[in-house]
Amino acid sequence: MTTTALAEPVPMRAAPGPEGSRLPRALLFAAVLLALLSLVRVITGADDITSSGTVGASLRLAVPIGLAALGGLWAERSGVVNIGLEGMMILGTWTGAWAGYQWGPWAGVVAGIIGGALGGLLHAVATVTFGVDHIVSGVAINILGLGLTQFLAGLLFDTGAAKALGGGPRQSPPVDAIRTVSLPVLSGGEIFGWRSPDALGWLERRHWLLASDLAGLLRGLTAGMSLLTLLAVALVPITFFVLWRTRFGLRVRSCGESPYAAESLGVSVYRMKYAAVIISGGCAGLAGAFLVTVASPLYQDGQTGGRGYIGLAAMIFGNWRPGGLAAGAMLFGYSDAMNLRSGGESVHALLLFVAILLAGIAVWQWLRARRLAAHPRAADGVVDRRGVRGAYLAGAVAITVAALLLIWYWRSDTVPGELVSFTPHLTTLLVLSLASQRLRMPAADGLIYRRGEER
Amino acid sequence: MSDGVPGWVAILRGLGPRRIVLRVGAPFIALVIALVITMIVLRAAGVDPFNAMSSMIDYGTTSSSTVEILNRATGYYLSAVAVAIGFRMALFNIGVDGQYRMAAMLSAVLGGAVALPAPFGQILVIVAAMLIGGAWAAIAGVLKVTRGVSEVISTIMLNAIATGLIAYLLNPARLAEVRPGSNNVATTPIPESGRVPGFELAGGTVFGLIVLAVAVGIAFYVVINRTRFGYDLRISGLSPTAARASGVDSRRMVVTTMALSGAAAGLVGMPELLGASYQYSLNFPAGLGFTGIAIALLGRNNPFGIGLAALLFSFLDQSSDVLQLNDVPKEIVLVMQGTVVLTVVIVYELVRRFEIRLQQRAVAADLAAGRTIAQQEPTGGTA
Repeated sequence: MTTTALAEPVPMRAAPGPEGSRLPRALLFAAVLLALLSLVRVITGADDITSSGTVGASLRLAVPIGLAALGGLWAERSGVVNIGLEGMMILGTWTGAWAGYQWGPWAGVVAGIIGGALGGLLHAVATVTFGVDHIVSGVAINILGLGLTQFLAGLLFDTGAAKALGGGPRQSPPVDAIRTVSLPVLSGGEIFGWRSPDALGWLERRHWLLASDLAGLLRGLTAGMSLLTLLAVALVPITFFVLWRTRFGLRVRSCGESPYAAESLGVSVYRMKYAAVIISGGCAGLAGAFLVTVASPLYQDGQTGGRGYIGLAAMIFGNWRPGGLAAGAMLFGYSDAMNLRSGGESVHALLLFVAILLAGIAVWQWLRARRLAAHPRAADGVVDRRGVRGAYLAGAVAITVAALLLIWYWRSDTVPGELVSFTPHLTTLLVLSLASQRLRMPAADGLIYRRGEER
Repeated sequence: MSDGVPGWVAILRGLGPRRIVLRVGAPFIALVIALVITMIVLRAAGVDPFNAMSSMIDYGTTSSSTVEILNRATGYYLSAVAVAIGFRMALFNIGVDGQYRMAAMLSAVLGGAVALPAPFGQILVIVAAMLIGGAWAAIAGVLKVTRGVSEVISTIMLNAIATGLIAYLLNPARLAEVRPGSNNVATTPIPESGRVPGFELAGGTVFGLIVLAVAVGIAFYVVINRTRFGYDLRISGLSPTAARASGVDSRRMVVTTMALSGAAAGLVGMPELLGASYQYSLNFPAGLGFTGIAIALLGRNNPFGIGLAALLFSFLDQSSDVLQLNDVPKEIVLVMQGTVVLTVVIVYELVRRFEIRLQQRAVAADLAAGRTIAQQEPTGGTA
């Protein structure tokens, strides 16, 4: 929101090009982070921070967040803010489990998508046709989704055959899991019944610096992958392709950037928005179905745990782009995995990791301040004193927090479980406050559009 | 208004009979639609909707239910006012839930630790709760103006963080103690002198702090409608550019409004804490913040409307207990509440469009009759 000019001497990046142009930088950045994590692991002995188990759990937890984020992307690229993702995801868990326990997990997946899409349809009717404020409608859908599923669970899961199978007012009967696959030879997958060696697993158990971490990372991403996970991961490039490389995608995005211009070119803005918001609900519903068919084998009340909101945050963090939101989802999935796998110890090790990162940021801000002070602005030849002060201040804050974290790290052995529980949320908040000012959302995002009423 | 006509008469005249009907009629139409939808859902679930409704009304109007409804509505009202303060400036404070729980928990600890003579103990706890709630909400405001983080996301995250922090602090090793004979964990009870007595009615005790809720409602009305600050706040919500042009510091307004909203949120737990439980424990009521959003929307961010909406929601919550006896899951109430919010905003929007069309037609008729706009009768304020 704040439009403080980021008067940096760095040349403006070229117009936002395709994802590819940023890939090398992103890979380098990821490699540096992995090296740092590896170092921290060796220092602290908290092997779980890069183990394949943690990485696998991260992926499993990242998928629902990433799917919700994809849902948010579809809606917001068409100009509709969708805070109702959480409610649509809840609808998806219920419909997914309802169909899943009766006709198998894949029926559950389809039903989950439909359940979420119905929520999306409701949101589209309220926001597009009736012009209701997007956030108000989203909040209502969240209340409605929660109430409706609890009501229906009490009605249908607590009686007759469902109850006999283990259902109750707060949970559904169990749903069969979706088949998992592992990569042969590298991660111990089976080929026609022959158990191939688990090369990466062997390497990981050596606990060597860097090599074992890389092995853990790769094994986490290739062993015991659910087919639905594969599908969900594939949806990221598919979404990119549809939104950025097809005529339909261009039309959807034009509705999010400038609906009246799109209208003047003959695009049916209402229809595009409807399509996008329904797809958005479908993605959220799929996220819900993933929770009941892969993450846990049944519907439970409160299962989504705010992942719809975190998905929205992941999308903002990813700058309204598929690649970015996938990275954001992975980050939140990773911090969420800390709740499952020896969380206290791992988060304790991560304190050191974050402290080192913050120290790096402090050095970078300090260098930036000196550079700003030495070079007057090109536009008017004046030194940007506010920018210099801001950079010094940011550096000071970063180094102070880093010092506090280090003290916490040295004075304790583990982080209490209650504090670990909100790691993803705190990460969301911190990451957004670090990233927010460089982001650009679709120009007409959240604005109410009425055909032929441009002002 | 200069010819000695009282203000409210002038407002009514300005509204005109048709607009009054629309203003008052819209929420009713919305409620009826929501009721019909709920009854259809009940019917589809195989329940006789009329029977269910009449048993709800019978149960909800007993004297003990009335007391319960008033008590519950007190918290709802404060929560909705907190949300409405933000809404008036187009800020979505979804974090009322975390704010009031943080405030109630920490001020309960304070109240249990310090024993002061009668009015001071209560004042200390209440002021502390407002400060804590305000500070927790101000984090979101500061993040918005300095780092551009949407307050919708940050308040939701702060809710989860508040939940974790409370779980951490509400531990026998830290700020709480285990109650013998149960597995409940609670803060030290507030001493007798620090409590607020209630009003004894036939059906039970009504929270004494219901008076505080009324006072907050009046203060909300006065500050928003009768002060320079309230004017700045409303104009910032209606048109940020106009506010900036008239010299409003929008950044400061965001932080101040969030802090005020959080301070009001801090009061949400007070009637319960000082009037009934005297301690913050694992079963302190949670989730009031989310209900407050729906109530604020239903009451159109107006202190009087919010009061009615809070009573309605409280009535629904209380009377739905009886449905459980008829094998109907009581969560049907959440369905009804969600439907109410959605139908209310849709009906309001349709009414707004209808009003605009009426105005346009009236102006067109005037122009056709040869009158100029300057000669027209005043049409009253806009929404």
